[in-house]
Amino acid sequence: MSQHTKEVFYGLYNDEEDLLHAIEEANAQHLEIMDVYTPFPVHGLDKVMHLEESRLHIAGFVFGALGTMTAFGFMTWVFTRDWPIIFGGKPYWSVPAFIPITFELTVLFAAIGMVVSFYTVCGLGPGVSNPILDERITDDKFCIAFETDKADLDALKAFFSKTGAGEVHTKTI
Amino acid sequence: MHAPVAPVREPLIEGHKSYHNITEDLCSPTEKAPSLAWIIAFVVSVATMTFGLFSLAWTIWFGIGSWNLNRTIGWGYDITNFVWWIGIGHAGTLISAILLLFRQKWRTGVNRAAEAMTIFAVVCAGMFPATHTGRPWFDFFMFPYPNTRGPLWVNFNSPLLWDLFAISTYFTVSLLFWYTGLVPDFATVRDRAVGFRKKMYNVLSFGWTGSAKHWQRWESLSLVLAGLATPLVLSVHTIVSFDFATSVIPGWHTTIFPPYFVAGAIFSGFAMVQTLMIITRKILNLQQYITINHIESMNKVILLTGTIVGVAYLTELFIAWYSGYLYEQFAFFNRAMGIYWWSYFGMMACNVLSPQIFWVKKYRRSIYITFLMSIFVNIGMWFERFVIIATTLARDYLPSSWSYYTPTWVEIGIYVGTLGIFFTLYLLFTRLAPVVAVAEVKHILKTAGDQYIKQRATDNHASEVVKESNH
Repeated sequence: MSQHTKEVFYGLYNDEEDLLHAIEEANAQHLEIMDVYTPFPVHGLDKVMHLEESRLHIAGFVFGALGTMTAFGFMTWVFTRDWPIIFGGKPYWSVPAFIPITFELTVLFAAIGMVVSFYTVCGLGPGVSNPILDERITDDKFCIAFETDKADLDALKAFFSKTGAGEVHTKTI
Repeated sequence: MHAPVAPVREPLIEGHKSYHNITEDLCSPTEKAPSLAWIIAFVVSVATMTFGLFSLAWTIWFGIGSWNLNRTIGWGYDITNFVWWIGIGHAGTLISAILLLFRQKWRTGVNRAAEAMTIFAVVCAGMFPATHTGRPWFDFFMFPYPNTRGPLWVNFNSPLLWDLFAISTYFTVSLLFWYTGLVPDFATVRDRAVGFRKKMYNVLSFGWTGSAKHWQRWESLSLVLAGLATPLVLSVHTIVSFDFATSVIPGWHTTIFPPYFVAGAIFSGFAMVQTLMIITRKILNLQQYITINHIESMNKVILLTGTIVGVAYLTELFIAWYSGYLYEQFAFFNRAMGIYWWSYFGMMACNVLSPQIFWVKKYRRSIYITFLMSIFVNIGMWFERFVIIATTLARDYLPSSWSYYTPTWVEIGIYVGTLGIFFTLYLLFTRLAPVVAVAEVKHILKTAGDQYIKQRATDNHASEVVKESNH
C-alpha cells in the first residue's frame, strides 16, 4: 500500500526479552528504528520505544457523549415537541424511561466510533494488504526493522550481532 | 528477568509449549480436512437447521395461528426461547469483558469460543421476537425512522422497545469486540496459508502486520470495549427482565427480576460454554489449552450464580407470602403446585440443588460430571423461563379464562431449529478461525505456562534453602 518502495533491514529475535534489551541498546546507540513487529502485545514495549499513550479512549468518550446526546435529545424532541403522547399517565418528558435507550446508544456509538477510529488510524481494514517482512512474525519471531537509507548498514549489522538477533535480512517493500 | 508468577498458581498452558507450538496447535484445526466427527455433527446440525427454517417458513406463511398461543397465553415457546438464548449469550461477554477487567488469565483459553457462542446465541434469540410479531416483514416499524404517518414515532417508554435497542447494541458491540480480537489471529493463519486460503485470510485479517503501535492501540481498544461491554451485558438482561417486571402481572411485577435474570443468564451461559468447550477441547485436541483448571474455574462461577438464582427463587417465595397480596401469593403457589408443577420442580432440581455438588473439588474437576451438569443447568434454565412465562399466563385474574398451553410441532420445530443454527454456525467457526485466541495465549505463556511456573517454584525453593543455610 505504500506509495514508494523502501529498503528495510531487519533482524528477528526469538524471545521478547531479547527484543526489549535490543531496543534499549538501539536507543543507546541512537539508531532510528522504523518499526517493531511482534506476534502478541509485549508488555513494556511501548515504554522502551517511547510510544505515546493511545488516545483511542478519548475518541471513545467523544463518540459515547455523542450517542448520549443523540438518544436523549431525540427522545426529548419527539415526546415534547414533535408528537407528545401520554403513555400510562406519565409526563411527556419522562426522563427515567429514557435512560435505557440513552445508555444503549451511548455504548453503541462509543463502540462503533472507537472501532472505526482504530482501523482508520492503523490503516487497516477490509481489502487492505500491508507488506509483510517475514511470515514468522505472526508466529514466534520478534522483529526490529530499520530503513537502510537512514542508517549505516555496518552499524546495524554490529548492532544485531551484539543484541543476539537470530536472523538478519534485507527486504524491499 | 522473569515475569512475577506466584509459584502456587496452577498452570493454564500445559505441555511445555513454545510460541511456535501454540501457533501450530491452535491454527492446525483450520488447516486440516474436517474429521468424521465434525462432518457427522455438521450434517445433523444442518438438517436440524433446515427443519427449523421450514417451521419458520410455515409460521410466516400460515401466520401465528400455527402456534398454540391463545388468550391469555400470548407468550409461550417464542419468548421462553428468546430469553433462554439471550441468557446463554451472556457468558461470552462476561468471560471476554468482565474477566478481562478483573485480569483473570484463564479467560484466554475460552474467551474466543465463548464470544462466538454469544454472537450465535444472539442470532438465535433475535429470531423469536422478530417472528412473534406475526408480520415480520413489518418489523422495521419498530425502528424510529422518519415515516409518512406523521411521522409517528415508536413508544420510547416501552420496555419492549428498550429491548430492541439493547439486543441490537449487544449484537453489534459483541461482533466488533470479537472480530477485533480475531484480526491478529487471522493474520497468523494467513501467514501460514497458501493459495486461496491465503487470499481469504488476507481479506479477513485486514492487513494486520503486528506493528508495535498497532498492538498498543489494539490493547487500548480491547480494554475500553471490555469496559463498555461490562455494563452493557448487565443492562441487556436487566432490560429483558423489564419486559416482565414493568407489567402488572402478579409473579412478574417484582423488583428482584433484574439481578435475578442477570445471574441466571450468566449461570446458563457458563453451562453452555462448558458443554461446547468439553466437546471442542476433546475433538480439536486442545486439552493443554483448555485445561481442567479452566473447567474448574467455570464450575465455580456456575456454583456461585446457581446459588444466587436459588436465593432469588426463595426470596420471591418469601416476598409473595410477606406481601400479604392474595394474587401474588396465588401466582407463586400456582407455580409450585399448579398445572405446571413439573416445570417448577425441574427448575429447582436442575438450577438450585444440582449445582451444589460443585462444592466438592473432585466433582468440579471431573469432565463427565461437568458435562452432565452443564446439560442439567441448561434444561433447568429453560424451565425457569417457561415457569415464569407459561405458568403465570395460564392462570389469569379470571378463572373463566384459565387455560393450558402446549406447543405445536411448529413451535418445537423453530426451537430445535435454532439449536441447529447455533451448532451449524459454531461448527463453521471451528473450521474458519482459531477457537482459542492465539496471540492472547502467547501473551500469558510466560506467566501461566507450566514450564515457567515450575521453574519459578524451584527457583523460589532454592532461594529459600539458601536463606535457611545462611542463618
